[in-house]
Amino acid sequence: MLVVEGLVKSFYGFKAVNNVSFTVERSEILGLIGPNGSGKSTIFNMLSGTFPPTAGSMRFDGAELAGLAPHRIINRGIGRTFQIPRPFHRLTIFENVALAGYFGQGRHSRAKAEEAAERALAMVGLSTDRHAGVDGLGAAGLKKLELAKALATGPKLLLADESLGGLDESEMDQAADMLRKIRDELGITIIWVEHIMGVLMRVVDRVMVLDHGEKISEGLPGEVAGDPRVIEVYLGTDADATQAAAALARRRTER
Amino acid sequence: MKTPRAVWIAGIAAAIALPFVHRDPYHLHILVLILIWSFAYTSWSIMGRFGLVSLGHGGFMGVGAYVTALLWNHLGMSPWLGIPLAMVAAALLALVVGYPCFRFRITGHYFVLVTLALSGIVLQVITATRDYTGGSLGYTPDRATSGRQLLALQFDDKVIWYFIALLIWLSGLLIWRWIDRSMGRYAMDAISEDEDAAAAVGVNVTAEKLKITVISALMTALAGALYCQYQMFISPDTVSGISVSLQMAFAAIVGGLYVSFGPTIGAVITILLAETLRIGFGTNAVGWDNLVYGVLLVLFIIFLPKGILGSVIEKLKTQRKPSLRS
Repeated sequence: MLVVEGLVKSFYGFKAVNNVSFTVERSEILGLIGPNGSGKSTIFNMLSGTFPPTAGSMRFDGAELAGLAPHRIINRGIGRTFQIPRPFHRLTIFENVALAGYFGQGRHSRAKAEEAAERALAMVGLSTDRHAGVDGLGAAGLKKLELAKALATGPKLLLADESLGGLDESEMDQAADMLRKIRDELGITIIWVEHIMGVLMRVVDRVMVLDHGEKISEGLPGEVAGDPRVIEVYLGTDADATQAAAALARRRTER
Repeated sequence: MKTPRAVWIAGIAAAIALPFVHRDPYHLHILVLILIWSFAYTSWSIMGRFGLVSLGHGGFMGVGAYVTALLWNHLGMSPWLGIPLAMVAAALLALVVGYPCFRFRITGHYFVLVTLALSGIVLQVITATRDYTGGSLGYTPDRATSGRQLLALQFDDKVIWYFIALLIWLSGLLIWRWIDRSMGRYAMDAISEDEDAAAAVGVNVTAEKLKITVISALMTALAGALYCQYQMFISPDTVSGISVSLQMAFAAIVGGLYVSFGPTIGAVITILLAETLRIGFGTNAVGWDNLVYGVLLVLFIIFLPKGILGSVIEKLKTQRKPSLRS
C-alpha cells in the first residue's frame, strides 16, 4: 500500500532522516519507535505533506506523494493525528469533526460530512451532541477528538502520532484497543508512532525502530524486542527492557 | 444569538415605511451614509473576523469608486456595467496581493503591513495620475443629461438612494449569514487558530483565505462605487487611502466584528460622531474625528475587544444561562 524508498530529510545539513526505506501492507498496524529525535515525526511530516523530503520517494497505492500539498494528501486517503492534540477551540466538537469530514473527503456535501462526523465520534466514543464545546474535554477526550478528526477524513492509511502521551494506564490500554478496533472494523491501515513501548508491542503487527534518523531494526514485535541493537540504543535501562518483555509475554498468553 | 423572524420582518417593514413618514432630507442623507458605510464595514469584517486584519480596504474602495467614475467620464460606460468591472478590478487586486501573502504564510502583523502598503499604493496611483483622476483635489462623475439618470445611476431624490442603500445593506447582512452558515466559515475559524492543523484535515488554506478576501474586496468596491454615485464627488481622503482603511477597522472593532450587526453599530457611531464634530465645531474640527477614532480604538482594544454589540450580546447570554437551569 505504501512503499517508501531512500527517504532523506536534511535541515541545514543535519540529516533528521537518513536513507530510510520501508513498506506498509494493507490493513496492518506498523509500530514506529525510537528515542526522541530519531526521526519518527519527521517521517510523519513528510508523509502528510508538511514539508517535502530532501530525497527519496513515497508511493501510496502507486502514486508519488512527495511534493503534494497537505490537503491533497488527505484527499488521497492519508489521515494524521498530531502528537499534541490540535483542536479548533472556536468550533464545537461536532463542528471540528464535520470540518474534517467535509474538507477531508473532497468537499462533497455537508450532509455526508455530518454523517462522517457522527460515525467518527461514535467510533472513538465521544458524544455527538452538536453544541458541546472543546474546552470541556480532558487530555483523553482531546486525544479522542484528534482521532475522530482524522477518521472523518475517510483515510485508508492513518498516521497516529504518539497518541498515548499524557494518559494514565487504563486510558492507554483503551486507546491502544481503539486503534486495533479501527483497523479491525474499518479496515484502516495504521502507522503508529509511540514512546510507550509496552502498550505498542501488544497491538502492532510489525515494528520498525529508528535511531538518529536511520532504521536499525524491523520485524515482528518479539524479534525486535530481542534485537541487541534495539535494547542498546532504545531500551537503554533494564527497567524498560523488562517492561517490553512483560508486554510481550502478555501478548503471547493472549494468543 | 438568533433574531426571531418576526423581528426581522417588522424591522424591514419599518425601514421601508420610514421615508414615507419622515422625509427630512438631512436625516435621510445621514441614513444613506450610515447604510452605505455599514455595508463597507460589514465587507471589512467578513475577513476581519477571521483575524485577517486588512488596512488595505481603502484601496479596494478607491478602486471601486474611481474605476466606475473614470469609465463613465472617459468612455461613457454606464455604471451598471462600470460597477461590476470596478468590482472585478478590486478582486484582481485582492488576488495579486492576497495570493503571495497566503501562499508564503504572511500572517498577523506582517499581513497588516502588506495591506497597509496596498492602501498607500492605490492612493499614490490616484494622485500620480491627476490628469485623469483629479489627484488630491477629487473627482466628479459627469452629470447625466435628463432622461439618462437611470442609465447613469444618478438620482437627485434621496428616497431612491435610501432604498438602494437599504437593499445593499441588507444584502451585506445576507452574505454575512450565508458565510456564517457555510463550511467555509468552519474552515476560516480553524485557519485563524492553527493553519497546519486545518491543512491536516484537508483544508486548502491558501484557497479558503483567498476566497474570503475576494468576497470582501468585491463588496468593498461596490460600497466605494455606490458612495461615489451618491455623493457625486470622490477624493482620495474620502474613499481611498489609509485614513479610510483605519476608519473601517475602527468602526468594525468598535461595533463588534464577530456579530453580523456589529459593523452597522460601528457605522452609526462613526457617522454620528463625524457629523456632530462637523456641526458643532465646523472647520475648526477638521480631522478631529480621526483623533477621536484613534483614542477610542486603543481604549476598545484594551477594554472591549468584542466591541459594543459583541459585549452586549455576551452579557445577555451569560445572564440567560442561569435562568435556563432554574
